[in-house]
Amino acid sequence: MAMPTRAVRLNGSEVTADYESAGTGTSQASEPLLYWLRDRLDQHGPRFGCGIAQCGACTVLLDGAATRSCVRQMHTVADEADIRTLDGLAAPGGEPHPLQRAFTALQAAQCGFCANGLIMGSLAWLESRIAAGNNAVPTEQEIKDFLSGASPDNTRNYLCRCGTHTRIVAAVGAAAKEMIG
Amino acid sequence: MTTVASPSRRQFLAGAGAIAVGFSLLGTGVAAADSAAAGSEGEGGEVRVDDPAGAPTQSWLVLTEDAITVFSGKVELGTGVQTSLTQIVVEELRLGVGDVRYVQGDTLLNVDQGLTAGSKSVQVGGVQLRQAAATAFAELSRRAAKALGVDPSKLRAADGRFTARGRTVGYAELLRTGTTVLPLDTTAPVRDPRDYVVVGTSQPRVDLPGKFDATFRFLHDIVPAGTLHGRVVRPPGRNARNPVIGNLDRAKAIDGVVAVVQQERFIGVVATSQWAAARAASPTTGITVIWDQGPALIQQADLPTALRDPANHYATVVEKDDGVAPVLAASDHVLTAQYFTPFQMHGTMGASTAVADVRPAPDPDTGIQATVWSGTQGVTALRGAIAGLLGLSPAAVRVIYEEASGCYGHDGVDDCAADAALLSQAVGAPVRVQWLRADEHGWEPYGGAQAHDMTAALGPKGITAWSHVIYAPTANSRPSAKNPGTLLAGALKGLLPDPLPATSVDSSGRNAPVTYGFPQRVEAHLIKSFETTGPASAAPSAPLTYRIPRTTAMRSLGGFSNSFANESFFDELAHAAGRDPLALRIASLPDPRAVAVCKALRDTWENRPTGGNGVGAGVAFQQYEVVNAYVATYVELHVDGATGQIHVDRVVVAHDCGLVINPNGLRNQIEGNVVQGISRALKEEVHYAGDAVTSLSWSSATPGAQYDVIRFNEVPQIRTILIDRPDQPPLGAGEPAIGTMPGAIGNAVFAATGIRFRTLPLTPDRVLAALNG
Repeated sequence: MAMPTRAVRLNGSEVTADYESAGTGTSQASEPLLYWLRDRLDQHGPRFGCGIAQCGACTVLLDGAATRSCVRQMHTVADEADIRTLDGLAAPGGEPHPLQRAFTALQAAQCGFCANGLIMGSLAWLESRIAAGNNAVPTEQEIKDFLSGASPDNTRNYLCRCGTHTRIVAAVGAAAKEMIG
Repeated sequence: MTTVASPSRRQFLAGAGAIAVGFSLLGTGVAAADSAAAGSEGEGGEVRVDDPAGAPTQSWLVLTEDAITVFSGKVELGTGVQTSLTQIVVEELRLGVGDVRYVQGDTLLNVDQGLTAGSKSVQVGGVQLRQAAATAFAELSRRAAKALGVDPSKLRAADGRFTARGRTVGYAELLRTGTTVLPLDTTAPVRDPRDYVVVGTSQPRVDLPGKFDATFRFLHDIVPAGTLHGRVVRPPGRNARNPVIGNLDRAKAIDGVVAVVQQERFIGVVATSQWAAARAASPTTGITVIWDQGPALIQQADLPTALRDPANHYATVVEKDDGVAPVLAASDHVLTAQYFTPFQMHGTMGASTAVADVRPAPDPDTGIQATVWSGTQGVTALRGAIAGLLGLSPAAVRVIYEEASGCYGHDGVDDCAADAALLSQAVGAPVRVQWLRADEHGWEPYGGAQAHDMTAALGPKGITAWSHVIYAPTANSRPSAKNPGTLLAGALKGLLPDPLPATSVDSSGRNAPVTYGFPQRVEAHLIKSFETTGPASAAPSAPLTYRIPRTTAMRSLGGFSNSFANESFFDELAHAAGRDPLALRIASLPDPRAVAVCKALRDTWENRPTGGNGVGAGVAFQQYEVVNAYVATYVELHVDGATGQIHVDRVVVAHDCGLVINPNGLRNQIEGNVVQGISRALKEEVHYAGDAVTSLSWSSATPGAQYDVIRFNEVPQIRTILIDRPDQPPLGAGEPAIGTMPGAIGNAVFAATGIRFRTLPLTPDRVLAALNG
């Protein structure tokens, strides 16, 4: 059986790949965006942490919004969607993004498995604030509440199991300063 | 860079000219590269160093003009230890960080280095590696002295070159002059710590940039060509039996499904994609399995009583007795208290994953029939257990360590490797198994619930006698070659695990003894995890029937629970005696280094909130494993009287782990201990009913029903005070601080509320009930 295909912009490049799907209409189910990105498009940033949208390790940006790719089924992703992953976050010349620079400068990881979600989730949050004309550097408490899923613009928690929280919060704050300029 | 390729066991290529030093990272003696270890010219000008058989603890430090390579069975576990070990090597070689690479955790390339566990990588490995680097540097110096025609004492080394009398020669040039294979020279001079340039500085972690731009490859990124995807289907409970698979045709009709595999109670599916495997394993779209319900575990609510019930003990061990009975009997001021901590889980961020490639026959060149990629803490032990599981000889199994998410002990990764191996053997192709979150939460081996009976006598000058009785399940059920039933898949196949251990020493009893100067007694009652072959038997009976969830080594083993009981009870005694809790600790500790970490908190302590009104501060102390790093911790918190919620506001840790290799890396480790310790003290508890674990995810709408862990907005300010001891050996820092957290928190809650909590976790429900009590 021929598989359906999805064509999206991934980190600025047009890509096309099949995805697995079953059923039709309201009973349709399909492969998660996470598997599609990792297994078909060789992306390594988004990670399988929990598979139930509770930890954030799989976060990618879908049309600018932080998206838990482990529960996002491919048939619900539009053709021509714009997808950004950690793999493509650095500038084309390899220059790290301010978030990447800040995470390194503050050594904001232990095992580093959760870093994808923290960086990509914060990226979407900071970019959307800036796009909405909010050029205030978020306070420490705002960053903590955002990462805890306890802020007006985010109800989804991000997990770090190693206990690197204070460094991560500081890194997001430092990057925000740089992004806002 | 040299390419590491090994045509046969215990050999590696060492480049066109080399200095190779053999040593042991176990520190159990000098595993010399004796005369059996010889360098020989191979093909293409390459040199092969044969690692002699019969030297089972050999690691190698190899210098070539292209690379400095450490071949080690030790593995990085997300703690940054690789960077610290690198600092130690380059310090002796007068080089910079970044010049060293590691080949780690591969049973083909390394021989047994034991486990990477227990906060010991720097403590044991670092000292050995330093001596190996000093040995290599001495040989380099000999070569340089010859090349420059001077006495070695006249040489100056920096930046990869030697200088003497205005002439220079580079390390690369010297290394090209020939191959020397050396045993560890325990007399090779090491640098004076006062001259250290790299050790003691906050070098950035070598692995982090790649983890922030997705170029670092975790275990989860390893997918050899042709790899299939597997999923496991677990029983509904620990003791469920006699599975009958239904809807097999429905599963097999899914595009991409290769096989449904059943061996006794082990059930899995294999498909060409993750999604096809997921659908085949799902009861709504794939197979359905009907099971006979098994016997219930000891009810969770009954644990504090049941752990103390002799019917659940297979042995009682007196770890230590300074003769306290007469002192207790003669005292007119004796206090007693009972403590309890629940089952807790490692909860690795990335659900356990593994890849196995089991072939129908051994490779004719290498003899390898099964290759397994795993995040295991012990490649050699896992190799043995998997060999038994598959019916192969250990020599036919190769286990390759790849870094997974932080594990904090023996978590699900070994079991997942066994799942992949069984499925790969069944289908004759490489299989990658990715556990689901429910597999991890429901089936990883947990840290054990423990109960404590504390008794002590007070005299006019302080504590005069101390007794600690613990009731604890095993803190070690790691894979073993003898019994593949130590792996979950093995047990599900009907194989039995190892007998339960005969002692609690350095296991569930870790840090049960205290290092205060008063006489003490420590007694441990060892809990039957499963039905055994007799009342006092530690051996499992068949069929394996659990009484409590399976338990094993989790960060600091029994130390977290034991220190909670010790340091809370110490606080009770101080208050009963009308003494300042920090001052009484200082007065009771004979070791000056122990006193120093406590005194480092004194300013903070003296400026603490006065207590009451829901705001309070507490302290706790421990010396990890009684003989290692010293930690004293101050916690300041407030308790919300309306919700029962505890908010930790501020933590200060004073820490002495000897010579500090990398201060910023060390602070990161301590901060991690603090945060995870708060999480375990306030939130974490494995829930189960009947024989089935019910806390199968991170959170739900019902607070506390799932395995909730700390959130970003629950993390306090953390300050670390490092007491550097350049003249003392480095001690591990991965685990010492976590044990101080529950005691310091409980003591701070007492200061805030006047209520002594003796059961973890301190959830809002529990706190509110007591406040309203």
